[in-house]
This record gives sequence, structure tokens and C-alpha cells, in this order.
Amino acid sequence: MEERKSENNKKKETDEDIIKDATGGEYKYGFVTDIDTHIIPVGLNEDVVRYISQTKGEPEWLLEFRLKAYRHWLTLDMPRWAHLDIPEIDFQSISYYAAPKTKAAPGSMDEVDPELRRTFDKLGIPLEEQMRLSGVAVDAVMDSVSVKTTYRDKLAELGVIFCSISEAVKDYPDLVRKYLGSVVSYRDNFFAALNSAVFSDGSFVYIPKGVRCPMELSTYFRINAANTGQFERTLIVADDDAYVSYLEGCTAPMRDENQLHAAIVEIVVEDRAEVKYSTVQNWYPGDKDGNGGIYNFVTKRGLCRGDFSKLSWTQVETGSAITWKYPSCVLQGDNSIGEFYSVAVTNNHQQADTGTKMIHIGKNSRSTIVSKGISAGFSQNSYRGAVKIAKNASGCRNYTQCDSLLLSDTCGAHTFPYIDVQNESSVVEHEATTSKINEDQLFYCNQRGIPTEDAVGLIVNGYAKEVMSKLPMEFAVEAQKLLQISLEGSVG
Amino acid sequence: MLDIKNLHAGIEGKEILKGINLTVRPGEVHAIMGPNGSGKSTLSAVLTGHPAYKVTEGEVTFYGKNLLEMSPEDRSHEGIFLSFQYPVEIPGVSMVNFMRAALNAKRKYYNQEPLSASDFLKLMREKRAIVQLDNKLASRSVNEGFSGGEKKRNEIFQMAVLEPRLSILDETDSGLDIDALRIVAEGVNKLKTDNNATIVITHYQRLLDYIKPDVVHVLYKGRIVKTAGPELALELEERGYDWIKEEVDNAK
Repeated sequence: MEERKSENNKKKETDEDIIKDATGGEYKYGFVTDIDTHIIPVGLNEDVVRYISQTKGEPEWLLEFRLKAYRHWLTLDMPRWAHLDIPEIDFQSISYYAAPKTKAAPGSMDEVDPELRRTFDKLGIPLEEQMRLSGVAVDAVMDSVSVKTTYRDKLAELGVIFCSISEAVKDYPDLVRKYLGSVVSYRDNFFAALNSAVFSDGSFVYIPKGVRCPMELSTYFRINAANTGQFERTLIVADDDAYVSYLEGCTAPMRDENQLHAAIVEIVVEDRAEVKYSTVQNWYPGDKDGNGGIYNFVTKRGLCRGDFSKLSWTQVETGSAITWKYPSCVLQGDNSIGEFYSVAVTNNHQQADTGTKMIHIGKNSRSTIVSKGISAGFSQNSYRGAVKIAKNASGCRNYTQCDSLLLSDTCGAHTFPYIDVQNESSVVEHEATTSKINEDQLFYCNQRGIPTEDAVGLIVNGYAKEVMSKLPMEFAVEAQKLLQISLEGSVG
Repeated sequence: MLDIKNLHAGIEGKEILKGINLTVRPGEVHAIMGPNGSGKSTLSAVLTGHPAYKVTEGEVTFYGKNLLEMSPEDRSHEGIFLSFQYPVEIPGVSMVNFMRAALNAKRKYYNQEPLSASDFLKLMREKRAIVQLDNKLASRSVNEGFSGGEKKRNEIFQMAVLEPRLSILDETDSGLDIDALRIVAEGVNKLKTDNNATIVITHYQRLLDYIKPDVVHVLYKGRIVKTAGPELALELEERGYDWIKEEVDNAK
């Protein structure tokens, strides 16, 4: 009897109780961890850059890289071309390095501060390797440093390197040096330059030739300290015939002031290799009136360098006050494939300008873009996507589908496609739709007994299904709940 | 079970129902017929609480409870089901998930645990058979890409799952060929008990060959102008609505 009961309970949880238990509605991850944190004074100058590099015990070449980036950054202005109303950001009022005070690079679980462990437990991130059920290897990053990377030894047996980028700089300097900045140069844009100068931590992944990474790799980013920015940097390299699926999650406490997050993700995909990169972005979006929230300025790009290589971006964007991000694929290899699947939800006063770039250089390269924007409240949601086919890129194909769903009369949905085709044998298709969640659908659900909030969740998840189905299972359930919660109270 | 007294209602300030009186008891089948624009669909929308329609006068009770104060979903939980004239499509939402949400919402209303996955699937299988809906249809998105006949069968399937006390079939016969009509009507008849009731809203006699009404009402200009036995439907089929219109209009 006891047994059956627990079985039932389990079932209840797994049986996509999604629609039901999401009635709380508030941002669940808004707590602050009370932990001794080492924060450097606010402001940015060469000394700060040197300090960060020195604190991390970096080699000379990396310091040089940072300084070059910093000096270049000084010459740049904030990009203003996006459909975003970005308040003036005072870069001198931000602290560029914050680390929970624990021993660097804990070797075992016992060395991780219990308070930190509790934080990640609370977030549902299993740091305990015993929790093998989850089958996901995690790198947990709090503020500026990596707290713990799980499953490292097991992965090492296969030659897979999965560690924080700080450790990678020490342990695999040649690899890091070879690839760092090779896809996203510090000259790429304002935020890329800033990140290159002050990046603190992030994950490094290397999958050797012919290895299919047996588990999902995941990095979980958490901003905790106040008045700090998070500038993480992720570098993923899949060597010939390798495969990896990588997940990224993020949350932050609820604070009245805005916080800056400017990350870089670089991915290199060699011959016949495949990388699947999934993001569930749930930074604190600010309150109902638009106070607080994360400013999320991210540069993500992958280089499909090898022939028949494949890179797939899947993102579910529900958080942040401002989102500015365009995960892109440079399809350099012949027959390479780029994919971008996105659901971007904005509610209240959130603003998102997000999309992708597909740069076709290799012959017969193919790309698919599926973007689903969902806007509610007073939010502004823009899709911005570029498809470029170079002169010698013959036989290329792109298919773009870009849909917007509006849940209120006061929100905005915008589409900015840029198409540049230099080769006559290539084909580019673009489809776009805009729809409003309609009263008849809601009433139909109501008539069947489904309350409006749940009906919105159902309809929106149905609308986003094509993208959600690309997420790894562990993430999909979470992401479905998130969609519903993000839109709570937005209709009716 | 259902008592409608002097019901006035309309949409966007325009009065469509102008004093409806109707009583439905368990076990009864009522047919509501009438020419286009007489207010038949408005009546079904008002009874189920469509937000676009406003009640300006009168009262409606369902098993003694004031129906007009209830949300649409609570009316559903209390046992009122509407088979829509035009069932809407909900892309990406599978029938299975949809019905699961509907059924579990009802169970929650009655403080029951959600149905387990296996029990639920068993129930779906059972009920599907009533309207000969195949397995594939149940896993497809709600009404998306369904033919006219499939949509109506799907409505009756949902009715079978939710086991309402009062079913309102709004022009369920429209757009159905004769085979589909038969399947739908047979489904409705199979679900018939002494404890539930049905209101069949229809334009034509055709459906009433299969679903036998106890009472036939004629709705015209927002009022029930004639009530009689099933023979009235046959008379309407033969003579049309004009004679009733004349009777009513001359009486003024």
C-alpha cells in the first residue's frame, strides 16, 4: 500500500502536472544567498583588468588578450540599433569581480561551502554526483567563479574535458589559446570587447575526435552579489566526428536595481561533428512595473568549420528586463548545417531583441530558423535575423519561420529579417505570421472546464511546441512550466 | 434541473434574447428550432457563459444554483456541456493533453485526485469507441486539420469523457454528411440516461430523426413562440417557418 502510494505520487509529478502546479506565479528564484563574498570595488580600468587576471593566476598571453580587448572597448559605443529602450548604463558603477569566499576549485563535494550547496539544491541543480538519476554533468557558476563541476572524472575517461574556463586556462592552455576568441573576436562588438576584458568564469568543453559525449553537459549560472555584473565565457570545441549536447540555465535574485550580464559563447564544430546547445534563460525579469531585472547582452556564435558539421541552438527566453542576443552559425564547412529554434516570452515591461545569423560560406550548407515570439503586458518583443549566402556558397538552403503571438493590446511584436543572397543557386525562404490569442480558443477551453490561466498555458505551449520539442527531456518539462509562469495574469 | 425565467441577453448592446422561459428536467430531450438569427446560438452562448454576451434581465438556475453568477469553467464542472457549432482549433495541443487538463480540472473542483496516466488512457480508449474516433485523431492537435465530421464526432467524444448533466448540441448537424450524422446521433443516444438531459439546437428536422426529442420549441425574434411535441418538427420541415413568423407578427 505504502509503495503504491509513493508510486502514485511520483506519477503525479511526472505526469506533466505542469499546468496545475504553476499557480504560484512569482519569480521562484529571487532569493539571495547569504554568503561571504569577495567583491572588488566598482569601476573599470586597466588595473581592474590586471587584478582579475592576476587573481586567477593567468598566463601573460591572456592578460594581453584582456588588455587589448579593454583598450578596444574604450573606443566603442553602446550599440543602439536594436529595437530596445536601453537606459544609460554606468559601467563605472559596476563591480567586475565577485567570488564566494571558498577555496578555489574544490576537489570534492566536502570542500564546497554548505551554503553554496544549499543554494544550488534550492535551484534544483544537483551538485551531488550521487544524484546520477539526473544523468547530467553540471558546472555551477556563482557570480564570477565556477563553484563545482560534476562528473569530471567519468568524462575524463573518455577524453572529454568539462571544467571551468579558469581551470582550462591552467590545465589546457594550448587548447584554450587556440580557440579563445577564434569565433567571437574581442573586436566583434561592444559587449564582446567588454566580456573579453573582464570575463571571470564559465565553462570549457572539449570533445575529442570520434567521441559521443554520453551525458548532457550543463552549466548553471547564478548571479548572487548585488551591484555586480556577470561576464562569463563559454568555449565548446567538438573535434572531428564528436557529439555533445549542452544545456545552459540561469537565474538571479530579485533586486530593485538592474544588473548587467554580458556573456560570450563560442563553439567550434569540426568535420562531421555535432553540437546541440540549449538555453533556458530565466534571469530575473524585473517586477510588474518594470523595476529591476537583468540586462542581458550576450554574444553567442558557433563556427561550423568542418564539412558535414552541425550546430543547433535551442533557446527558451523568459527572463531578463532586456535581452539582446543572436546565437549565430557561421557555416563554413561544405554541407554544414545550422539550426536555430527559439521561444522568446516577454511580459510586463520586458524587452527582447533576439534572433540569429546564418552565414553560409560552405557549399550546400543548410540552415533552419524557427522563432516563436510571445508578448504580453506592455512588453516589446523583436525577432531580428540575418541570412547571408556568400558568393561561392552554391546549393545552400535556408528556411525561416517566424511567428509572433500577442496576448495583449499594449504589447508589441516586431520582425526584422535581413536577407543577403550572393549566390544564384541558393534558396532562401521566409515565412512570418502574427496572431492574437483568441477569445474563442480561451472560451472553448473554459467551456471544457479549463480555467483561463491554465488555458493560456496550454495554448502557448502548443504554439511553442515545435521549439520545445527540440529541448532535451530534462529541460522540456521545466521550460513548459516556465512559459506558463512567465505569462501568469497576462490575459483576462 | 434547468430553469430559465424571462431571460434577456445580447451582445454589444444589441438585445437578442427577449424573455426566454424554459424548464428542462432530467431525462428530457428538448429541441430548439427556429429561423436564422432567431437567437438559438445566443441562448447556448449565454447558458455557457460566453464573455461577449451580457445578460440584462431574468434568471437561470441549474439544480437550484444561480448559473449566471458562475464562471464558464464552473458551469462546465457543474455539468453543462456545449457541443460547439464551430469547434475551434488549438494548434500544438494534443487532444490527450487537452482532455486531461479538462478532466483533471473537473476532478479538482470535486476535490478528487487527478486521474493516473493509465486510468486516463483507458478512459480515452473507452469513450473514443462511442463515436468511432480512431487513436490517431486523439493524439492530433485539438481540431486541427479535422474534417467537419471529425470535429463534431470529437465534440461528442469530449461529451462522453466529461459526462455532463446537461448537453447543449448547437447545430451539431451542420456540415455533416448522412453517415457522420448517424455516428454522432448514435453517440449522443448511447450517452443518454434518465439523469441527464439534452438541448438540441437545430435548423432542420433531419437530426431529430435520430435524436428523438420529447419537446420541440420554436425560437423566433428572441422568444419561444411555440412549444409542442415532436410532431411540430415534422410540421416545420414540411411547411417551413413562414407560417409561424406570420402568426407571431400578426399577433402584434
